[in-house]
Amino acid sequence: MSSQNLFNRVWDLHTVRTLPSGQTQLFIGLHLIHEVTSPQAFQMLRDRGLKVPYPQRTFATVDHIIPTLSQARPFQDDLAEQMMSAIEKNCREFGVTLLNLDDNRQGIVHVVGPEQGLTVPGMTIACGDSHTSTHGAFGSIAFGIGTSQVADVLASQTMALGRPKVRRILVNGKLAKGVYAKDVVLHIIRKLGVNGGVGYAYEYAGDVFSAMTMEERMTVCNMSIEGGARCGYINPDQTTVDYIKGRPFAPKSEEFERAAKWWLSLASGPDATFDDEVSIPAEEIQPTVTWGINPAQSVGVSEAIPAVDSFPAADQAGVREALAFMEFQENQPIQGTKINVAFIGSCTNGRISDLREAAKVAQGHKVASGVRALVVPGSQQVLAQAEKEGLHEIFKAAGFEWRAAGCSMCLAMNPDKLQGREICASSSNRNFKGRQGSPTGRTLLMSPAMVAAAAIKGAVTDIREFA
Amino acid sequence: MPAQIASVTGTGIPLLLDDIDTDRIIPARYLRCVTFEGLGEHAFEDDRKQDPSHPFDNPKFQGASVLVAGRNFGCGSSREHAPQALIRWGIKAIVGESFAEIFFGNCTSNGVPLVTASAADLKQLAAAIEANPKAAVTVDLLQQQVRVGTVTVPCQMQAGAKQALVSGNWDFLGQLVDAAAEVKQTSGNIPYLNGYKV
Ligand code: SF4
Repeated sequence: MSSQNLFNRVWDLHTVRTLPSGQTQLFIGLHLIHEVTSPQAFQMLRDRGLKVPYPQRTFATVDHIIPTLSQARPFQDDLAEQMMSAIEKNCREFGVTLLNLDDNRQGIVHVVGPEQGLTVPGMTIACGDSHTSTHGAFGSIAFGIGTSQVADVLASQTMALGRPKVRRILVNGKLAKGVYAKDVVLHIIRKLGVNGGVGYAYEYAGDVFSAMTMEERMTVCNMSIEGGARCGYINPDQTTVDYIKGRPFAPKSEEFERAAKWWLSLASGPDATFDDEVSIPAEEIQPTVTWGINPAQSVGVSEAIPAVDSFPAADQAGVREALAFMEFQENQPIQGTKINVAFIGSCTNGRISDLREAAKVAQGHKVASGVRALVVPGSQQVLAQAEKEGLHEIFKAAGFEWRAAGCSMCLAMNPDKLQGREICASSSNRNFKGRQGSPTGRTLLMSPAMVAAAAIKGAVTDIREFA
Repeated sequence: MPAQIASVTGTGIPLLLDDIDTDRIIPARYLRCVTFEGLGEHAFEDDRKQDPSHPFDNPKFQGASVLVAGRNFGCGSSREHAPQALIRWGIKAIVGESFAEIFFGNCTSNGVPLVTASAADLKQLAAAIEANPKAAVTVDLLQQQVRVGTVTVPCQMQAGAKQALVSGNWDFLGQLVDAAAEVKQTSGNIPYLNGYKV
């Protein structure tokens, strides 16, 4: 038992049975839904006359399509309004709690779950959204799923899944100044590739993750999916327990004590075994920026974009495609690249600590002329906390727009979009072609502090040299 | 029980690019919908606009049902709108070097087999399809082969998903719902559902 890793412990605990296909029927402890991937799933239930047997295990919120300027209903976009009506009707009809716009708990689904204390260690979590891996920061096993599986979970509280292997990623040592959780995960993806994690769950372990706050751990686990992993997690410890304590849905008093004891007992022990292990020294991680069209195409901010022939032959066509799309040259320094838009937000980096770091950089400066800069809190709770601390005043004084909570410019489903060939310094998680709303728009991923610095300088800037 | 899917036969369409993400397969603006209907015509819309020679616009590949793809196909967003767009365009099976896992699961749940083959074999398949776009391509799950004309290459598929397709058990919903009693029993042993009385 003691040689078990957390992943296998949690998996075994939630195993209902082996299906005829050989896959596992896995119980899902927490199901999170949002307006984009759920309407067709509810329709599937209706078509088959099925109910939701565990409605109290599902929570809904709205995030992807909501405008961050005027949120007056009905929305100007008819299609968005239809989706809002659909989730409202579906939640009413099937008895699911909806944290709607008029509820101060609303926000991006992966910000809301942890914030409300819904996410706890040892849980299985599913959501029709690939960044569900975020919740692994608590030592839960959290899967992104598609709409058919959303229907499976709604109707049975279970899903069919093959057991992935587990890879431990050790990062020992100490991070240098100016290096954030975002840089750690971008660096890991750069090293292991965007499909390096296929077939695996990632366990992040070592000094660096132990020293991280819960919000930093969420940033790392959030991007596990960008490395191709099915999910990513960090073993629960006292930091985890302290974060959960007192949150609205967290267990209380004696039950909390019992819970904390169990949570801590789940962690992979010193003799736990793994299917694979990778070790990366903390010292080699720099503030990192992407230059291409997938999150592995990145460099340290002081480096140049690598030469095409420095990549394995199989990758070179992709590298050429990326350089052509971005209109960048090999060997060109990434620092100094002019930007048009700066976006601080998303489920990767839209939490209060992210806004604090960005505000520290913005304080007393002005956004460069010609740069459109947005700060979008990840939830209404984050927004309220930021306003309590006066961060919004700092941002506004510096020339950033202060918006309402939502996914905003992380993807192109609401009015916040890039135009034409604009280049955006973004704290989000995907630099795919067209991701930010203009089919030809370009995205440079980086930490929120680096986005703020880029906004002020009007160009990609090394946060270590920013003054 | 849904159909048993042991093989798929139809004409082919090659798209040998790596890391094709689901944002490219179906741009996010088309996710503003409450059904999957009509997504087919928007498959790869932005890529097609930027590349006039995109295979999805090429008349010789119209009506194709077997897509020959590259490495890490379907990465990124979990949107089932991506396989739904491809299915509605006409795709019934995909051969690639590797697939992102959520995409893989989404396709299996919709009865679309995704099989893997080596990069060299994929090139051979793509060349054979280019040379004769009218030729029937067969993805044979039992023989673990993809065949087109005189070209036959080996392919693999994850055992569980393959078993689900060939035995006609790929629509999981019914099976999962049937185990309601076992589900209840399992949930009874989960600490966070019983007040952490471990
Ligand atoms: S912030 Fe971006 S990545 Fe996160 S849930 Fe919203 S759209 Fe998805």
